[in-house]
Amino acid sequence: MSLLEIENLSLTIGATPILKGVELTIAPGEVVGLVGESGSGKSMTALTIMQLLPHLARTEGRVIFDGIDILKATEDQMCALRGDDIGMVFQEPMTALNPVKTIGEQVAEGIRWHTKAGRAEAEERARKILDRVGLPEAKFPLSRYPHELSGGQRQRVVIAIACALKPKLLIADEPTTALDVVLQAQILDLLRDLVRENRMGLLLISHDLAVVTEMADRLTILRHGEVTEAGDTARTLSEQQHPYTRELALASMHVPARPKKHLAGSAKPLLEVDGVGRDYPSRRASLFRPAQPIRAVDDVSLTIEPAQSVALVGRSGCGKSTLARMILALDKPTAGTIRFRGEAITGKPEQALKPARRDMQVVFQDPYGSFDPRQKVEKLVAEPLHLLEKQLAKAERREMIAHALDEVGLGPRDMGKYPHEFSGGQRQRLSIARAIITRPKLVVADEPVSALDVSIRAQILDLFAELNQKLGIAYLFITHDLTVARAMADEVLVMHEGKIVERGKTGDVLDHPRSEAAQALVAAAPDLHRAIARKMQEQG
Amino acid sequence: MTMRIDLPEETLAGVLAKAFGNRSFLIGLAITLLVVVVALISFVWTPYDVTRLVIADKTQAPSWAHWFGTDHFGRDILSMIMVGARNSIAVALVAVGIGMGLGVPLGAFAAARGGVVDQALMRVNDLVFAFPALLSAIMITAIFGPGAVNAIIAIGIFNIPVFARVARAGALAIWPREFILAARAAGKGMTRIAVEHILPNIATLLLVQGTIQFALGILAEAGLSYVGLGAQPPMPSWGRMLFDAQTRMVTAPWMAIFPGMAIVVTVLGLNLLGDGIADILDPKSRRRR
Repeated sequence: MSLLEIENLSLTIGATPILKGVELTIAPGEVVGLVGESGSGKSMTALTIMQLLPHLARTEGRVIFDGIDILKATEDQMCALRGDDIGMVFQEPMTALNPVKTIGEQVAEGIRWHTKAGRAEAEERARKILDRVGLPEAKFPLSRYPHELSGGQRQRVVIAIACALKPKLLIADEPTTALDVVLQAQILDLLRDLVRENRMGLLLISHDLAVVTEMADRLTILRHGEVTEAGDTARTLSEQQHPYTRELALASMHVPARPKKHLAGSAKPLLEVDGVGRDYPSRRASLFRPAQPIRAVDDVSLTIEPAQSVALVGRSGCGKSTLARMILALDKPTAGTIRFRGEAITGKPEQALKPARRDMQVVFQDPYGSFDPRQKVEKLVAEPLHLLEKQLAKAERREMIAHALDEVGLGPRDMGKYPHEFSGGQRQRLSIARAIITRPKLVVADEPVSALDVSIRAQILDLFAELNQKLGIAYLFITHDLTVARAMADEVLVMHEGKIVERGKTGDVLDHPRSEAAQALVAAAPDLHRAIARKMQEQG
Repeated sequence: MTMRIDLPEETLAGVLAKAFGNRSFLIGLAITLLVVVVALISFVWTPYDVTRLVIADKTQAPSWAHWFGTDHFGRDILSMIMVGARNSIAVALVAVGIGMGLGVPLGAFAAARGGVVDQALMRVNDLVFAFPALLSAIMITAIFGPGAVNAIIAIGIFNIPVFARVARAGALAIWPREFILAARAAGKGMTRIAVEHILPNIATLLLVQGTIQFALGILAEAGLSYVGLGAQPPMPSWGRMLFDAQTRMVTAPWMAIFPGMAIVVTVLGLNLLGDGIADILDPKSRRRR
């Protein structure tokens, strides 16, 4: 008997069809992966099960959970189900918790509501479940506030809230997308254990095929609101009967072609970072003791040669982005020097930095936040043009913009649009167009593809590789995702707690990591090949 | 290489089409234009001369001869409202101008610099803000004497901290955004970023606040005139008319109703206009319509 049965589910919001004839079943103790790219209807499926759909949503079909027809259930019935028999874990642990309530209150809230337990009893149970998800009393008393916890710890609290009442079904919507690979592996382990202990059904929603493969017994692949393929994980992924399944699998393992590999030591360095450190002041522990500064970056040295592609990998909070900002002269190091083309850029006034800025550009992670929503593409992409020696005539300027857009696969017609008229992938192309318009020598890319779908991500990686080959741009990729490093970099630097702990050729570091930090990263990184092989063994 | 570039500029026609689809903008615009036109007409023509007193016709109820009735000196209320409109508009407009012109740069600067400079500026700001507006206006007019110009300055000064605060709060929310970082990485200085990125992003905020302050300015002018510190007789003003009507509310209610309506309608029109403009200028609404 299935725990959840979805039959021929269709969903329209206003006049837009969102889901078309979706079929899905989950048995108790089973993990089902729901895979698809953004906009494919994954989250809407989850929200349908929870009956948390937006207004104007109309559903057809049947959704039976534990003998209850959810599409016909009243709001009162749903309130009793939500949080009690069905738990949900959201993607963003930063916003899924109420910042003004303690974690104890937030976990106990659901327990008190559903079981009518008293405060003391609910707190006792909250204590137990927090202990279970790896937040022991001694270090994490109930009186902690969300802002006192890290991202991974917050996601544990969210899981504790969802699992406090031992739900029959847990829905996890991209539960690890906002976390780095090491935390991701820990959270996935926790979810797997909880499923086993309580014989919960788990609906794991993700765009990451490798994550789902490692976790799920069965998978359902969704595209444009329709199920393209469903079945046992191992069989589905090894046979790859549907072309879209193959497309997804190929895109997740995509390595762009770079015929001209960079030869180390072939030229004099483009960027030299020498013993750079960055301290941040911290709060004083006592009036009489001077504050111990927090060292975000500690004695880091590195060099990048022209046309070389270097990846800086490390867990979140290890100082990668701080280092990137100092290289871009957006932040001042408290120790050491940074030289670009042999000239020191540290401590120079803005005016003197102009030539360096022209040859050093940046691509940010968030394709939504990195554009002024009030400006059109023409102005946005032209932002760095004022760094050029001579001021351009309007026609010349527009031609350069059109050219840059053409190079990233967009057209001149896009000049008159606003950023919100583009998809995530297209925005990242815009971001790259802005970065290459002055023909820089170095582009610093801070997690440039983490926010993108696998197929888009493969395209953007191709674009980076192509521009490297065509224009000889050197890259510094900053990422926690080893597949990006493997696909793009000639050399890998591993950063841990502000220090560079390992460096070497990409293959050497990723295949035979020597330092502990690098080993942890490599072990935690989801790998589709390995995951499929393991599933094949398990499922025969 | 050359490329043919033909692209859809955001044309004036497009903006106008959007404007004419926006009901609150249209109503607000209609009311505001009506008030402005009435004020302009008053320069060349009014039904009666507002400086001529006809005691024989005093406190007459609305009639075909005097649509809005007459006051206790026999002056035509419609004519007085028409002339009062230009006084109200001029005072409010200049006062908002002073507030925006000084307040916005101040707030934007405080947000850009941060730290001690920001704190110091904002505390001074709070101090000015803490004074009841009418009290400081009374103070200024008491020192420099009553009159329209001093009323403008007084209202303008208490507009400064309002705009400084709105500008600072808006700018603070924009500064940490990634596109500002991108602009800095493109080598743009603080001032240039403030002008190119911060101001356009807080413009709607300021515009809406501007229409609110404009409306409040009209109210403040009415308030100052009410206590006798605004425009001096024989120059009519809406506030002064209300003051004169106060003691005759029961016997001649039209003396209070019509100037009161003039204030309410003008303030309402301005607020609708502000809302409408905010909608139209939002690039995201381009898709919706």
